[in-house]
Formats: sequence, structure tokens, C-alpha cells
Amino acid sequence: MLIIDILTVILLLAGAVFFLAGTVGLLRFPDIYTRLHALTKADNAGLGLVIAGLALQVESWFVVAKLLLIWLLVLLASASVAHLIAKTARQKGIKPWTK
Amino acid sequence: MDEISFLLLLFDSLLGLSLLWLAWQALSSPDLFRAIVLFIAYGLLMALVWIRLDAVDVALAEAAIGSGLTGALLLATLARLETKNSNQLSVNKQQVINKSVNNPILFWLILMILILVLVTGLIYAVLTLPENIAGLGGIVAENLNISGVTNPVTAVLLNFRSYDTLLEMSVLLLVLIAVWSLGGIPKQQQLFPGPVLNLLIKLLVPILIIVSGYFLWAGADAHGGAFQAGAILGAAGVLLLLTGWRLSGSFMGLALRSMLILGLGVFIVTGVILIILDGQFLEYPVSHSGLLILLIEVVATLSIGITLAALFLGGRPVDRRRK
Repeated sequence: MLIIDILTVILLLAGAVFFLAGTVGLLRFPDIYTRLHALTKADNAGLGLVIAGLALQVESWFVVAKLLLIWLLVLLASASVAHLIAKTARQKGIKPWTK
Repeated sequence: MDEISFLLLLFDSLLGLSLLWLAWQALSSPDLFRAIVLFIAYGLLMALVWIRLDAVDVALAEAAIGSGLTGALLLATLARLETKNSNQLSVNKQQVINKSVNNPILFWLILMILILVLVTGLIYAVLTLPENIAGLGGIVAENLNISGVTNPVTAVLLNFRSYDTLLEMSVLLLVLIAVWSLGGIPKQQQLFPGPVLNLLIKLLVPILIIVSGYFLWAGADAHGGAFQAGAILGAAGVLLLLTGWRLSGSFMGLALRSMLILGLGVFIVTGVILIILDGQFLEYPVSHSGLLILLIEVVATLSIGITLAALFLGGRPVDRRRK
């Protein structure tokens, strides 16, 4: 196994950990704001690590650019959507959770 | 069995089971909003299934139309229903059935028998399938060089079976006419999209238009085509409508309607001209088939995109010049 393959496996596994943590957070966190927080971590860091792992395996720079573009688009969409959901929740008068 | 194929089998089984579970959850959910969200998730998993079946074109169409645009349309419909009668929607389905049916036990019994007949029929059909079917793949591959394109899916949809695509586009137009016949655009509350949504849409809409053009062009020799490109164009339209953007009144009349029928119109006119020249409806001459397919796909993309966006408006736009 090449060094590059080992790196890919590490990055993919790290990405999977973020997705798992994000999913657990989405299911277990107490209110909408904390759940959004958990979810965007999975989208941003998790997907970024997966993309980095995959980018090591492709043949051409063109495909690397495409993978990066996918990540950037998801970043843009998930950050905006998280903001919109939180804004709507606040407008509807949902109070943030306090202990 | 080696490890990779075992993992793939595991993945496929999980995918299939999740699909069934999501379908059941979406159907049985008493909360309509929950049901729609589950339906969107179902569409995305369905797209994954199509990819596992090596049908990337279908997967793209499923993700864009089946999950994305249909989801947006369903959510818009729900928003309209809720403003009309907000308290009636929360009624339990069970209660509705029990109230509207005289004999609930008989109702469920008949339902069960019908489902049992259907399931038995499906199992019988699957079990009696011949084991090695050649299918039509070979014939398509043999004739691909006269189709004018090198993507077999586009060759089938726009050349060998262009009737199907023609009829699909008429169905889409008919749906829009049905929606328009129900009344004008519903009055909605003033939209305040805010700076974040505005920026997102300013960034996304140009990208979506480029992606749509890419799918249209790529359809000739790779995955893509008019329906996928049109769906992405429609998605750009939906995003614009969400920010409160509206076409100026003077374009809502003839200009909009011409764009809506452009695709189907060019398709039919091409077919009729070909009857006069060749004697066969939509039988492209081999030397020009690539060009004709491109022409039809371009106008089809525009019409499909505009039709889908117009559906999202939820009613017939008013031509202000007439008033």
C-alpha cells in the first residue's frame, strides 16, 4: 500500500467521524440551534476531509478542481441554509436552549 | 466472494432497506411537512440507487426533478394549504378514513386483499422472468453511429424513441395548463429574503445557468440531456422566485407563453417537416440528425426550465398590459 493510499484512508475515516458526530448531534442535541451547529460541522469539515481524501486518488488536476468546486458549493449552501433556518426559528420566537 | 463485492452487497442491501423504510415513513406520516421532507430524502436515496444500477442519466433526473423540484413544489403547495385551512390539516388520517367510510373493518379487509393480490402478482412476475434477457441494448449499440450522438440514452430519447420525449413534454405542458386553469397566482405575504439569501442566489443562479448549459451540451456524448438541463434551469427560476423576483408584467403574456410552447412546437414542426420530406414522423436524415437533436434539445431545455419555474408560481400569471 502506498503512502498516498494510507493518507486517503486516514482522511476518509476522519471525514466519516465528523459525519457520524454530526448525525449523533442532530439526533441528540436539545434544540434547533445546537442541532444546526452539529449538522454544519458534518457538512463543512466532514465533506472537506472526504474531498481531500478523494482528491489524492484522482489522475488529473481538472478532477481535483471539480471536487473542490463541489465542496465550495456545499459550504455555500449549507452555511446559508443554516443561517436561514436559524433566522426563521428566531422570528418564530423559538428560544435558544439554556441549561 | 471477495471483500469489495461483499461490502458492495452490504451497501446495496442497506440502501434498498432504507428506501423501503423511507417510502413507508413518508406514506404513513400524519404530519404533511414531515412526509414531504421524507419524500425528498427518498428521492435522493433513489438517485443513489440509480447510480448503483449504472443509470447516471436517470439518477441526475431523479435528483433534480424527482427530489429537488417536486420537493419544492410540494412545500409550496403545503404553504398554500396551511394559509387556507390551518386547522384541518392536523387531523389524523386514521380518523379521516374511519369517518368517511361506513364500515372501517370491511374497508381495511378489502384494502388488504387488493394489496395481497398486487404483491402476489408482482412476485409471480419477477419469478417468471426469463433469466437471460438480451434487452434492446445491443440494437441501440449497433445503430448508435446513425443516431447523430454518442450517448446511448440521448440516442434513445431524442432519436429512436423521440415519441416518448415528445409525449413527456406535452404532459409537462398539460400539467401547467391544469395548474393555470385553477386560478391566478396566490397572493403571498411580502418576502424579505435578507442579505444572506440574496447573496446566495446571486452566486448560485449564474452557476446554475452554466451547469444547465453544460448538461445540455454534454448530453450528446456523456451523461446529461434536455430534461436534466431544463430541471437545473427550473431550479434557478425557483430560487429567483423565492427572493421575490418576478418577471415584469409585460413579459407575462405572449412572451412567457411562446417560451412555454417553444420546445414542443419546434419538436412537432420538425416532425411534420420530416413527414413532408421523408414520409416518416421524426425520422431524422442521418446526415443532419446530430444538428436536429441539438436544436430540439436547446428549445426543449428552455421550455422545460421555464415550465417548471412557472409551476412553482402556482397559478396563471396576469398579463398586465390587458388591464
